[in-house]
Amino acid sequence: MSVANSDVNYINSPKGLWSWLVTIDHKRIGIMYLFTTLAFFALGGIFALLLRIEHLTPGRTIMDANQYNIAFTLHGAIMVFMFIVPNVPAAFGNFFLPIMIGAKDVAFPKINLLSYYVFWLGAILAVCAIIFGGVDTGWTFYTPYSIRTNTAVIFMASGAFIMGMSSILTGLNFIVTVHKLRAPGMTFFHLPLFIWGIYATAIIQVLATPVIGMTVALLIMERVFGIGFFDPALGGDPILFQHFFWFYSHPAVYIMIVPGMAIISEIIPAFSKKTIFGYKPIAYSSLAIAFASFIVWGHHMFTSGQSYLASLLFSVATIIIGVPTAIKIVNWVATMYKGKVSWETPMLYAMAFIFMFSIGGLTGLFHISLAVSVHLHDTYFVVAHFHYVMMGGTVMAMLGGLHYWWPKMFGVMYNECLGKIGAALMFIGFNMTFGSQFIMGNLGMPRRYYDYAERFQPLHQVSTVGSWFIAASFLLTMSYLIYSLFKGKKAPANPWDAKSLEWTIASPPPTENFLTDPVVTEPYPYGTPNKARSHA
Amino acid sequence: MLEFLQRLKFPLPQASTFAPKVDLLYDFIFYSSVFLFIPTIVAMIYFGWKYRTKPNDNREVPYIDGHHTFEWFISAFVGVIFFIIFVWGLIGFNELHNPPAGTYEIGVVGKQWMWEFNYSNGKTTRNELYLPKGIPVKLVMSSPDVLHSFYVVNFRVKQDVVPGMYTTLWFQADQLGEHDIFCAEYCGTAHSNMLAKAIVLEPEQFKAWLQGSDPNQLTQLEIGKKIFNTRNCVACHSVTGVQTQAGPTVKGLFNRKVNLSDGTQVVANEDYIRTSIINPATHVVKGFRPIMPAFQGLLSENDISAVIAYIKSLKE
Ligand code: HEC
Ligand SMILES: [Cu+2]
Repeated sequence: MSVANSDVNYINSPKGLWSWLVTIDHKRIGIMYLFTTLAFFALGGIFALLLRIEHLTPGRTIMDANQYNIAFTLHGAIMVFMFIVPNVPAAFGNFFLPIMIGAKDVAFPKINLLSYYVFWLGAILAVCAIIFGGVDTGWTFYTPYSIRTNTAVIFMASGAFIMGMSSILTGLNFIVTVHKLRAPGMTFFHLPLFIWGIYATAIIQVLATPVIGMTVALLIMERVFGIGFFDPALGGDPILFQHFFWFYSHPAVYIMIVPGMAIISEIIPAFSKKTIFGYKPIAYSSLAIAFASFIVWGHHMFTSGQSYLASLLFSVATIIIGVPTAIKIVNWVATMYKGKVSWETPMLYAMAFIFMFSIGGLTGLFHISLAVSVHLHDTYFVVAHFHYVMMGGTVMAMLGGLHYWWPKMFGVMYNECLGKIGAALMFIGFNMTFGSQFIMGNLGMPRRYYDYAERFQPLHQVSTVGSWFIAASFLLTMSYLIYSLFKGKKAPANPWDAKSLEWTIASPPPTENFLTDPVVTEPYPYGTPNKARSHA
Repeated sequence: MLEFLQRLKFPLPQASTFAPKVDLLYDFIFYSSVFLFIPTIVAMIYFGWKYRTKPNDNREVPYIDGHHTFEWFISAFVGVIFFIIFVWGLIGFNELHNPPAGTYEIGVVGKQWMWEFNYSNGKTTRNELYLPKGIPVKLVMSSPDVLHSFYVVNFRVKQDVVPGMYTTLWFQADQLGEHDIFCAEYCGTAHSNMLAKAIVLEPEQFKAWLQGSDPNQLTQLEIGKKIFNTRNCVACHSVTGVQTQAGPTVKGLFNRKVNLSDGTQVVANEDYIRTSIINPATHVVKGFRPIMPAFQGLLSENDISAVIAYIKSLKE
């Protein structure tokens, strides 16, 4: 099933910058999101590198304590609100969700464009916060510090508020699209697992994001008008803020990781040439995770002073969410069994994902076990844990997806050899940077520390050197990808011999996506189905 | 580095009754994780390698779209392990939340950026928490400003200190000597300098200390240095000559000509330094904001003399 690539595609018709800026084509909006969020990833990454350099020596290396506090806040806030939350859903989701369900666009193309500009509005406010001296509260904005510090909290908080609106619009659009615009024959259980993941994410986006909006709105009111919500000096309750904050931000963790898992569920079958093992368990586990994510927020607060019963319940709820996650990992590995596995760059990233995300997940066990959690809370162990999940998980999946879909999005092939080198550098650098942080945390190194005791220095140095490998990998990857845009080999419609719908149309796709009506089969038709056991 | 590898197994001193229990559970989780991780990764690499595709690979790929029993087995299996980890953790947490009767209470105030400890007989220390060995102690903690978190790594305990309410924490120290106290909840500029020591003494020694006799006599210079560190002068003043925005370095200060913000110049003699400490607003150094707290009434005359002696000793 191969399709001739034509010279007219969504990239070059219509032509001109203006046609891009006012486009309502989901593919163009996806591409704009992709480059925007990658730029913010680079910005957040620069702050991360500065933080790591600062930790080469105890005491001052390149910046003072206040600058350090601003740098770690900006690193976190940029990475969370401006990169990882919008990245996969808004970039890849926008581009591929309609194509993979056989639709011509999302349900509300204009709202889609609106969400992009609303995102920019929020991003500009956040950038203003950086220009007006930065913010030093940590991305968590914990009160009462965030009410008392005289840094640009209001800008950053308003930015987060507005970017949240963008996230809600995107989520809403995707939910409606999945329900209303599936091609004939595309039943829910014919949906590729990527769609299941994006769909589950969209549900969380729509239900959880209003809560962070409300929370930062209260925070801003308290700062501007002195109304006491969270500062005890004004009659407020600082722990209430933490409940509000995590009521969004824990589900948000799944806004960040579930799309990553969704990409992995596409890459593994495509590079094993085998149908996915456990389609329904993977699909249902996305939904299970989405709903369970709403009842576990208090596991961020075991030492906060919340009640004993609350800690108990949040601990047990978190146990429950661990099971569907384990199920996914096992099913991905099982998919490779007796397949035809090819070790191309996307697959390398997928395997790196399984490796690192498993560590991220398993080290979560230390945090749900109350007695141990009390010891490890707010140490580098936590920092390492969530980087293994967010970066070892989502970012690996994002990079895998970027390579997997690059030929489809731009119609060119990247350099495979450089791709492998980039993946290897990333794997080494990542594990150096964050592996060492597990040990530090276990030894009691608290997080968000500008200065540290000398005994931690060797580990900090390993971590810093690791961060340079990550930077090298990222630079390399971006250079060969951008190079390929100009000089890359033309990509065929289906370079990987993969089977989902996006590979049945030209690379890059035409504006209408489908010139003829798409033929819907089961999502991963590799091998000969044994009708008795097939799930259709 | 080798030392670190050794510490991987028994990473830290176990200086409270909790510590061995926490470590045992830690080990259990660690080995359970390894037990779940290794087969997963080995299977992934093995499948990836064994079934790698070669040019002209004509193998027929089997169609295996799942296995119910397998899924249920995995769910139940990890579910049981996770549940054990939960229950075990809860047992420890329970103990942490239920202090035994008859604990010895100490008041703790965490504030930007120091720890203050108040004992039942009215004695107060800063950044040094004296504890009796083998006797359960309960800390009643509060904060006048922002969140802090009281963390003693060697005891494996941690509790946030929250403005507007009291939080409590109990433990029983059972190893003599000094243990680091960290602030583990971000609290602003000098968060990482909000350090203190837990000093565990034999109960008789502790009693003697509480009644007033200092267990170890220090020289004036040592006392000065200690005050300079424990009263967190170091948070704003470096003793190494490094200039920060927080405050001027005190290295080489003695007898230096100092430019003040009102345009005058003075020589930093004993009297100048003394006024700078007890009432810093009297003369503010050029280029700095007047953020230094006044120590009038907080340091005894002896303490001030000791600090001056220490500053004098820090020559260029
Ligand atoms: C919150 C930060 C801060 C703390 C804590 C602090 N200082 Fe200062 N100190 C300053 C600043 C800022 C100045 C300069 C402005 C001024 O003169 O008031 C200063 C000035 C001084 C000076 C005059 C220095 C000169 O170069 O002329 C001395 C002496 C001094 N402090 C001693 C101390 C001692 C001793 C302590 C601890 C008991 C201490 N300070 C604690 C911020 C601090
Ligand atoms: Cu603190």
